[in-house]
Amino acid sequence: MKTVTRRNLLGLLSLAPAAPLAGHLLAAPALAADSGNSARALLQRRNFPNLKLQDQDSREVHFYDDLIKDKIVTINFFYAKCEGICPTVTANLAKAQKILGDRVGREIFMVSISLKPENDTPAVLKEYADMFKARPGWSFLTGKPDDVEHLRRSLGFTNLDPRLDQDTSQHIGNVRMGNEPLMLWAACPGMARPEFIAKSILWMIRKG
Amino acid sequence: MWAFDDGTGPSFPGPTYVSRYGEANLVRNINQLPANNGGFGLNSVSTHLHNGHTPSESDGFPCDFFEKGHFYDQHYPNVLAGILSTHPGTGDINESLGFLFYHDHRLDHTAQNSYKGLVGSYLLFNHLDTGDETTGFRLPSFPEFDVPMMFADKLFDPESSPAGLLAFDLFSLDGVLGDKFLVNGKIQPFFKVKPRRYRFRWVNTGPSRFYEFFLTDPKNLSARNPFFVIANDGNLLPKPVQVESMRIGVAERTEVIIDFSKFAGKSIILENRLNQLNGQGPIVGAECNVPEILPAGQGNQLLRFDVDSHPVKDESALPQNQSFYQLPEIVEPRVTRTLRFDRLNGQWSINGQFIDCDTIRFAVEQNSAENWILQNVSGDWTHPIHIHFEEHQIISRNFASPTLKVEHSRKDVTRLQPAERVQLFFRFRDFHGRYPLHCHNMVHEDHAMMGRWEIEPTGDNKVLP
Repeated sequence: MKTVTRRNLLGLLSLAPAAPLAGHLLAAPALAADSGNSARALLQRRNFPNLKLQDQDSREVHFYDDLIKDKIVTINFFYAKCEGICPTVTANLAKAQKILGDRVGREIFMVSISLKPENDTPAVLKEYADMFKARPGWSFLTGKPDDVEHLRRSLGFTNLDPRLDQDTSQHIGNVRMGNEPLMLWAACPGMARPEFIAKSILWMIRKG
Repeated sequence: MWAFDDGTGPSFPGPTYVSRYGEANLVRNINQLPANNGGFGLNSVSTHLHNGHTPSESDGFPCDFFEKGHFYDQHYPNVLAGILSTHPGTGDINESLGFLFYHDHRLDHTAQNSYKGLVGSYLLFNHLDTGDETTGFRLPSFPEFDVPMMFADKLFDPESSPAGLLAFDLFSLDGVLGDKFLVNGKIQPFFKVKPRRYRFRWVNTGPSRFYEFFLTDPKNLSARNPFFVIANDGNLLPKPVQVESMRIGVAERTEVIIDFSKFAGKSIILENRLNQLNGQGPIVGAECNVPEILPAGQGNQLLRFDVDSHPVKDESALPQNQSFYQLPEIVEPRVTRTLRFDRLNGQWSINGQFIDCDTIRFAVEQNSAENWILQNVSGDWTHPIHIHFEEHQIISRNFASPTLKVEHSRKDVTRLQPAERVQLFFRFRDFHGRYPLHCHNMVHEDHAMMGRWEIEPTGDNKVLP
């Protein structure tokens, strides 16, 4: 056991990558598009299935390739006719989008996925987005019910209790935020203050 | 992995601080973490000393993080609570805290960053708890017979390249469990001990598991092997308590005296027999025919003690004859506050609100006493609740005095079990500033189950803050 006593305390404690894994990590090209079994490729394979979805403008998009890859994103789930937490969460995201200004659409992208894709057609989503004055850079998505369910599970928007998990009104209200190439992921409550949501999103942008 | 480096090379766990009351430490934390995290972790940190009587700016408040290329100086005064108030100049000896630990506490990233290796032990000796078994309380001598052990459960990814890199589920909101059990950074190690008394300082570094420690003789599974608990969360008890097992949640510490003389020549397993299947916490009672406590030999084998057969000198005191500090007096609280720990659509909350660095939930009056009632309204979840800066005492669990003798103690993490109401007594002394209270299931705290409160010259009277 390594000890630090007051006598030998150097007054210095630095945070550094530890051997032996560090060698591998440092050797990896920092932001290169990965393949095979790199950490980034594993995350993609396990958590970001490249499923086909439709946005509020009826455009066909691929979840990983078009919405996640190389991006800083937020991800949440909702449905248009939700009388529970969704209106609050969507309104908070709209305010967060406003706070972030034109960085959304350029640097940051927002993704909201419908939990009732059979009801939430692109036309419904368009109306919903307009109602909350969503600006460019925010995609509202629908797709095949099985695909949406697969996405929900892959992204961890699940309840441990199977009864709660099947009750759409109890759906997870958190907003995920991440920086895909840097493999930074976090989440905060969608009912948190919009200023705090915006701040949490900005923490995903790294300077060093 | 990421690690602390004191100039002699990175280590996991980080270097163990060996400190004494009355002698301050000044630490410069320099953030040299890489931009490429290898899969998880944020290279932005705030190192928290759990649970030092430390001024706010040096506490490692979760919102006081600093970025790569920057440094942050922390001053640990190593003083007893009361030093500037009730016990001027000395502090209250009964507030002595001997076993602390430090870990990264970056807001929203505590689980990832601590799991990645940013943890270490911090010991505090004084004129009674001396580290020398011939003086003071005569506890087994440090470091040979007084050994801190940091427990962690981790996952290693068979599909990673190279195979077996440390893995973390970035998308869990419930809590993450590992299937490999580490003690001081080694998976299921063994430890050659002499047939005499040892003091072990056990800390659960999380991120989400609860442990119940048993000593198991693999050749005699039905044998009961009691040991003495001498401290709870680093606080020496009024008297040692003999137990057959000891349960701790994340960030709780327990210190024990094990007398290996009765096991001379044998191997003894330190076993976690608490059954936990997910982030919800230990199985409560028996669920779905699954027992809460697993049979001996069927739990998680954490460490094997190989006991030497040659008798050796032992000058440490017999635990059954010992007494340590008295519990500080419980006085009338200035205010009683209620904190409800809840889950709404998967969002962890305290009184329906979430952590927000810029929101002060309530102000405690400096040098006053308070009662805090913790209520678990989140369903079948157990939350280890941690309050920074001051130790507390558990007045009641569901209106009754705690049944466990080891809970008649000072603490800084209290397990809040399903449908439980726990009443705590605090004094807040000496310093001003901001501190958090939070669930120490690190995945819960990273998802907003935290609140910021302050100590101020004038406090408020918010009873449901």
